[in-house]
Amino acid sequence: MDALIEGLSSVGYIASRRIATALYMAVNLQKPILVEGSAGVGKTELALSTARLLAHPLIRMQCYEGLDESKALYEWKYGKQLLYTQILKDRMGEALSDAPSMDAAMDRLHGMGDLFFSEPFLEPRPLMQALRQDDGCVLLIDEIDKSDEAFEAFLLEVLSAYQVSVPELGVIKAKTPPLVFLTSNNVRDLGDALKRRCLHLHIPLPEAALEERIVATRVPGIEATLTKELVAFVQSLRTLDLRKAPSISETVDWARALILLHADSLDPSMVRDTLNVILKFEQDIVAVEPQIVELLHRR
Amino acid sequence: MQHQLEQFLRALRAADVKVSPAEAIDAARTIVAVGYADRELFKDALCATLAKTRDEVDRFDQTFETFFSRDQFHLPPPPPDGERKGGESGEPSPAEEAAANSPLAQMLLQGDSTAVAQAMEAAAERAGVGEIRLSTQRSRLTRKLLDEMGLAQIEQIIANARRMPDGEGLADRLDAARRALAAEAQRYVERQHELYASGSGKALREEMLAKKALNADGGIDPVDLAMMQALVRKMAKRLADRYSRRRHKAHRGHLDVRKTLRRSTAYGGVPFEIAWKIKKVDKPSIVAICDVSKSVAAAAQFLLTFLYSLNDVVDHLDAYAFSGRLIPVNDILDDNGVEGAILKVLQTIGFQQTDYGKALEDFVENHIDKVDRHTTVIFLGDGRSNFADPRLDLMHLIQQRARAVIWLNPEPESYWGQGDSVMYRYERFTHVAKQCNTLGQLERIIEDVLRTYVPH
Repeated sequence: MDALIEGLSSVGYIASRRIATALYMAVNLQKPILVEGSAGVGKTELALSTARLLAHPLIRMQCYEGLDESKALYEWKYGKQLLYTQILKDRMGEALSDAPSMDAAMDRLHGMGDLFFSEPFLEPRPLMQALRQDDGCVLLIDEIDKSDEAFEAFLLEVLSAYQVSVPELGVIKAKTPPLVFLTSNNVRDLGDALKRRCLHLHIPLPEAALEERIVATRVPGIEATLTKELVAFVQSLRTLDLRKAPSISETVDWARALILLHADSLDPSMVRDTLNVILKFEQDIVAVEPQIVELLHRR
Repeated sequence: MQHQLEQFLRALRAADVKVSPAEAIDAARTIVAVGYADRELFKDALCATLAKTRDEVDRFDQTFETFFSRDQFHLPPPPPDGERKGGESGEPSPAEEAAANSPLAQMLLQGDSTAVAQAMEAAAERAGVGEIRLSTQRSRLTRKLLDEMGLAQIEQIIANARRMPDGEGLADRLDAARRALAAEAQRYVERQHELYASGSGKALREEMLAKKALNADGGIDPVDLAMMQALVRKMAKRLADRYSRRRHKAHRGHLDVRKTLRRSTAYGGVPFEIAWKIKKVDKPSIVAICDVSKSVAAAAQFLLTFLYSLNDVVDHLDAYAFSGRLIPVNDILDDNGVEGAILKVLQTIGFQQTDYGKALEDFVENHIDKVDRHTTVIFLGDGRSNFADPRLDLMHLIQQRARAVIWLNPEPESYWGQGDSVMYRYERFTHVAKQCNTLGQLERIIEDVLRTYVPH
């Protein structure tokens, strides 16, 4: 487990024990892993880092309302199929012209290979691509809660058996099951069937110590004192009643912004100028602005 | 360990964490993969496989701690060697000999708490403590557990020792140990009760509550109030879930010939890309008007709770409350917690003389523009107008403008039209009027309402 945490940190992801345990279980049990947490806590980043750690390709599928299997799984290359039929029509006359009777022509027709619905005309989409990787890959199904329920049901086959059925071709099964991450922002409750097939991991907002390490890793060249001040400030912001509390990605962005501005410690005017990096709603900014000095002195 | 795991899963289910057989298998595989050596790791790994939402994670943590914690036994320590021999002779007295023959007595005398704990687990298994369902079973099961451990024998040894001239010391020590053991057994059974029975007891109470009449004498017991609110919220959430699902549906309809033909030009007239007609989904809206006057006092709190929960989960809800006059309560519901909101509404306009005519007048005068052909109007009230003019003409107006008018009345149908009730006269202007005075009824009705009358 410690090796896994270390490995993740070597590719720039500071994981807590719970995260590492869940990841370990996912690899061991070959089960997809459902990652929940508020926006910006590093759900997607976890999948990216895991792919880097395992040196597997990452295949990413962004979900949205109206996503269906022709966009997620496969599509036929209609244009090429159309050309194929045209060529076929031209050639057909030649091939069948010397047939003595209609029956013989039909027999000959049946004898020819049928290419119309076959692999060359198949346009693989993310799910199919992931199943066809021979050496395994990391499949990231992002924001599954944004997709429709019908799509969720369709995913069940892929997630539990790592196979898909294409009506014209039959069942396509993965040679090496991919490591699957699903992320969710809890826009809607996911179905029980889907939850049952997954391991569950909830990533909370991190503690101060962990967040300091994350900032230090993500923003090389930041000074330790600034990191401390910055994280303490963000942590105290989270205790306020805001519409959207800043999460890790905002902290990291802010740290980068401060580096760009050559700030080596936090002072009220600097904070006021850069507040829009961590707070994304006008009301929040208005609510926090008068309290900046107090928040800075609270430590 | 297999058995332990099953017990643990049972405890989880009692704590309302859903564990399916498939997940039970996963749990077993998990344990094989991680082993038991590291408690944290063991816990985290099981948590990832079994708990599937944040609430469930909390409940899992709690159950895990209760299940796998064992209190340390506080047995009286064994006396130093010299004293135990006692007397001049090295020969053991008959009482001591009897004690030596009983394994439990030996454990107790030597203060071997680990051994006692193990013996207790084994005895609990035989006594079936894990089958506990009700709190009234606790004392019986404690007794049974102690019997299984061989308490009767200990008691006999103590009685015998007391009769011996030099057996007092032994008897006292054994007696103290026996009391410690009894206390521990009681705690053990208590814990088991907490693990397995509290959940099913709660389910039972919720079931009773759902059937209880809301305008019964005294209304809902204050003890049950919190539970009722939780129940109502759960209901509203479930309804909203189902209801939003229906809104997303109906996307695929008939073939859109025009669009398909237009797209086919790119392929030389061959219709490769097929377009479907998409049904426009109406944004449904609900107007809820709630009576909070004296005559419905018992039910008002409950109706408001429901209104509050509905406000949380439905996008477009306009809520009004009235007794003498009518006011919009959306802001109050939005800005306050459920108890605060109810209190505030009742303080503002509650418990006055009902005047349906006046309330309808207020509504039509100020808020009638909220009602159009997409709107479902829900009245919650008893239809008792205190012999004032019920203003049926306004009701008729609302009915004409709205898509549907629904009336939920906490009184049984046999009371409608009796005394000052004008329910039957209002009923003519509603699409559906139903009696509704238990949570169960309310849920069923609201579900019907959403299915039938709310546009989708």
